[in-house]
Amino acid sequence: MLTAMLAIGTLAALFGLLLGFSAIRFKVEGDPIVDQVDSLLPQTQCGQCGYAGCRPYAEAIASGEADINQCPPGGEAGIQALSELLGVDPMPLNAEYGKHTEKQVAVIDEQVCIGCTLCIQACPVDAILGAAKQMHTVIESECTGCDLCLPPCPVDCIEMVPLKKSISRWKWPYPQDTERPVTETTE
Amino acid sequence: MEFPTQSSPYLPLNNNLSRLMTQVMLGLIPGTLILLWFFGWGILFNLLIGSATALLAEAAMLRLRSQPVMPTLYDGSALLTGLLLGLSLPPLAPWWIPVVGALFAIVIAKQLYGGLGYNPFNPAMVGFVVLIISFPLQMTLWPPPQGIDAQTLGLADTLRLVFTEALPAGATLDSVTMATPLDMAKTRIGLNFTWSEILTDPRYGSFAGRGWEWINVGFLFGGLWLWQKRAIHWQIPAGMLGALFLVSLLFYIADADSFGSPVFHLFSGATMLGAFFIATDPVSAATTHRGRLYYGAGIGILTYIIRTWGGYPEGIAFAVLLMNMAAPTIDYLTPPRAFGHRDQKEG
Amino acid sequence: MVTLLEQPRRIPGGLHLDANKAQSLQQPLRACSIPEQLYIPLSQHIGEAAEPLLEVGDEVLKGQLVARSPVYISAPIHASSSGKIVAIGDYPVPHPSGMQATCIVIATDGKDQPVDTGLKMDTVFDADPAEIRQRVRDAGIVGLGGAGFPASVKLNPGPEREIELLVINAAECEPYISCDEALMCHRPQDIIDGVRIMRHALNARQVVIGVENNMPQAIESLQRCLEELSEDAIRITPVPVIYPAGGEKQLIYALTGEEVPSQGLPLDLGIVCHNVGTAAAIARALLQGEPLISRVVTVTGEGVRQPANLEVRIGTPVAELIEECGGYTDEVARLLMGGPMMGFSLASDAVPAIKTTNCILAASYRETPQATAASACIRCGDCVDVCPAGLLPQQLYWYARARNFDNIQDYNLFDCIECGCCAQVCPSHIPLVQYYRFAKTEIWSLDSERQFSDMARQRHEFRIERLEQEKIALEERRARARKALKPKVGDATAKQAEIAAALQRVKAKKEAQSAGPRNTGNLTEEQQAKIAEVDRRRASTSGQP
Repeated sequence: MLTAMLAIGTLAALFGLLLGFSAIRFKVEGDPIVDQVDSLLPQTQCGQCGYAGCRPYAEAIASGEADINQCPPGGEAGIQALSELLGVDPMPLNAEYGKHTEKQVAVIDEQVCIGCTLCIQACPVDAILGAAKQMHTVIESECTGCDLCLPPCPVDCIEMVPLKKSISRWKWPYPQDTERPVTETTE
Repeated sequence: MEFPTQSSPYLPLNNNLSRLMTQVMLGLIPGTLILLWFFGWGILFNLLIGSATALLAEAAMLRLRSQPVMPTLYDGSALLTGLLLGLSLPPLAPWWIPVVGALFAIVIAKQLYGGLGYNPFNPAMVGFVVLIISFPLQMTLWPPPQGIDAQTLGLADTLRLVFTEALPAGATLDSVTMATPLDMAKTRIGLNFTWSEILTDPRYGSFAGRGWEWINVGFLFGGLWLWQKRAIHWQIPAGMLGALFLVSLLFYIADADSFGSPVFHLFSGATMLGAFFIATDPVSAATTHRGRLYYGAGIGILTYIIRTWGGYPEGIAFAVLLMNMAAPTIDYLTPPRAFGHRDQKEG
Repeated sequence: MVTLLEQPRRIPGGLHLDANKAQSLQQPLRACSIPEQLYIPLSQHIGEAAEPLLEVGDEVLKGQLVARSPVYISAPIHASSSGKIVAIGDYPVPHPSGMQATCIVIATDGKDQPVDTGLKMDTVFDADPAEIRQRVRDAGIVGLGGAGFPASVKLNPGPEREIELLVINAAECEPYISCDEALMCHRPQDIIDGVRIMRHALNARQVVIGVENNMPQAIESLQRCLEELSEDAIRITPVPVIYPAGGEKQLIYALTGEEVPSQGLPLDLGIVCHNVGTAAAIARALLQGEPLISRVVTVTGEGVRQPANLEVRIGTPVAELIEECGGYTDEVARLLMGGPMMGFSLASDAVPAIKTTNCILAASYRETPQATAASACIRCGDCVDVCPAGLLPQQLYWYARARNFDNIQDYNLFDCIECGCCAQVCPSHIPLVQYYRFAKTEIWSLDSERQFSDMARQRHEFRIERLEQEKIALEERRARARKALKPKVGDATAKQAEIAAALQRVKAKKEAQSAGPRNTGNLTEEQQAKIAEVDRRRASTSGQP
């Protein structure tokens, strides 16, 4: 009886020490799960999820504070990727936070722009060029389509336009299994 | 001018599922005819009842699952399952034996997993195993083969026995049935008979069980024809027969008194039917070239183990199901070397 | 070290298909007439699209440069005939998407007046390889076998690399296509000249022309030409007839037994492979001064009345080619560009023939039946047997279908050459190739999205850091400013002294103002006069309201 208790007690102590040691020895700096979640987010920095940007949302997901379905730009594919990473069930996009749309880019009507720099300050990725009292323009290849430049513009000269369809961006459609599928020309 | 578009390739396709299944059924003919000759009308009833039940069950399940019925029935896979099951059942088994087996095969083993292409286990063998576990008595109702001086039943008597379980006057179940050579060998080995003593029994023929040896030759012949027609690949039969041959040879050399000869094992029971028609069911088998060899070899070895030391005289059904479970792993472990990956490690 | 095999090897996998080449080879190779309008797409090759140099309304001559290549992996475009540019805009182009792309439209004048392109080299076999490459590039020559990779890039192995073997691909393995065979039968001289130029440019040790051994006439024609030139260092090797023996990697394997590494180039083995048509185009450019403005196109199938091989100007609408071959038959059901295995279907015959168009197949339903419904994969493995890339097509299908783009790459999706053998033998009639194409384009798109989002993240993080630094800098500036204003705490006398000093300064200033400018003591007369005048003017203006 005593031997058994001693044995169990020793074992428990040993494992406790081992755990404690590992906790110190193998301590992980930072929170890699946040990085992993962040890397799956589209980085539009649009804030539609209710957080200040993609990283804050990633932190919220990692801490369990936010659901994985609050990112409209990421769409279903993004939710799928997050659900795989985190081992949770995929869920449909929460419509409260917006709808998934085709990728768009901001375009400034350069005739109307008064050069107020408000949009430049709003742009999360520095994709708008210009200076005070100078006309501004959007670097199309850098624009994430976050819409954040729209509200500050005092003259409403910014418009979101869908990316132009082109052969280089064309993708083969998913086959329709009922027959050897027809390649859809557009849309 | 405007034209319809679709993805390449565009040439006429000269292969299809129903052609493939038809070929397999044609390959079954020689063995089946010999089986009929040796074991009588009961085989025919099993085939008819088994395939009819399979087709009906498939149709009903497809309807339930809101899938197109006719095109899928037309592919012949349900019919083939029914036929293979029918071929493995004892001829004098009551009518509900093939019914229950085929229902299980189609409804549970095939359709509930998603139908053709999605079943992890060979449906016919699932049906067979369910029957042999649940109804061991009915599954031994093999009549003596043609050529043995014993009471044989005609068409009318067989019909009556199968459908009403009524025996002709003066006959008992024991008088119209007879243990199969594999079954008897197993019992007698258990009673410390030697193989040479066992083989003196009239139910053993020139190189294996009387009748059975020629049935196996028939299925071997049909199987080789299938291989020649490219309906099946050589790896699974070769792996299975090769392994069975080697293992039995090993034990036979070690102790010829207690273990059957390799030839006996190759031409007994359902060996050839299993090697060419059952183990080769592509859906539940391994698909890589090397994997198929291992898969076949596994079936061969397991068959030998079950026949020699297991609780049942014949082990092919269990061996096939066990290897079905291993098939995805075998595939995963045996990827082919892709072109241009010469220096890279496989994996 | 690459050695040519005595006996060419059979490639792994592959299919024996009916050649169906005789139809189009019955008539000799002839030139297609000049169409009224040429639609010349700016992107006919792998790489960036060319940039137009001319404007609508400009007159052009045959062979004139109309669009230049902006980057290394690109090719310039030339006018295929003389005339006037009537439009530059989006028109249907041959592409599986059926989409439109920018084309230069030339209304031809029928005169076909050539321009001096300056491509011709008098001493090509003594020329600097760099000069040859430049001219091949200026001639807009791309691989004519199908992919359309700029030929000059493939003539540039780099200074380090020794070229052991130049392989000329004449193994036209796909059914119906016979343009290379026609070229070999009718223009062997161009081909051999081109091969010699390439050999010189690459300084290749060995040269072999790989031909399928069901083209005896083509082999004989080339052989005769070699004999006439007493050229014995170019070997012609017939390879076993099997589809797809004409794939670059497959042909190299058949000839040398070497496998081009996955994701690698033949160059990694010291081999360069060019299409036989490319060789002829190089000869025409460098010896006759004609850029790539035409090519041989096979027009065939039961859907066209007189199948033939035509020398076609780049930009000629497909409808014109059909017209040239007697028009459609009643049986025409489908229009393909390329062969029936790797080609793609055209929605309309308004699209032009481009540099990579080797074949127009107007097929009947007998030749290319309508697609039937696919059934489930039964894992029969027939596709594994025929896959020339040694892949497991059924696994690829499984993952493509499930949109599992990670696992599909573990099964080497990108080694797939889309030859179509798997789909051709599939008893379940699954459109396997389309599944692979779907997966490939999805993966590319996801990769570029990932790159874009990584860039956006960097820019966002940089911005946050910048704002942070600006804030810190602002804080510091403010702090410094406050510090400058702040008196030393606890030093009352100093404070009082400072105040006193300040008062002193103010007082002095006031004094100075009332006393007038102090620096007027030692002025010149001229300066004093100016001051007086300014004072007078001030007085007069201040007098006004």
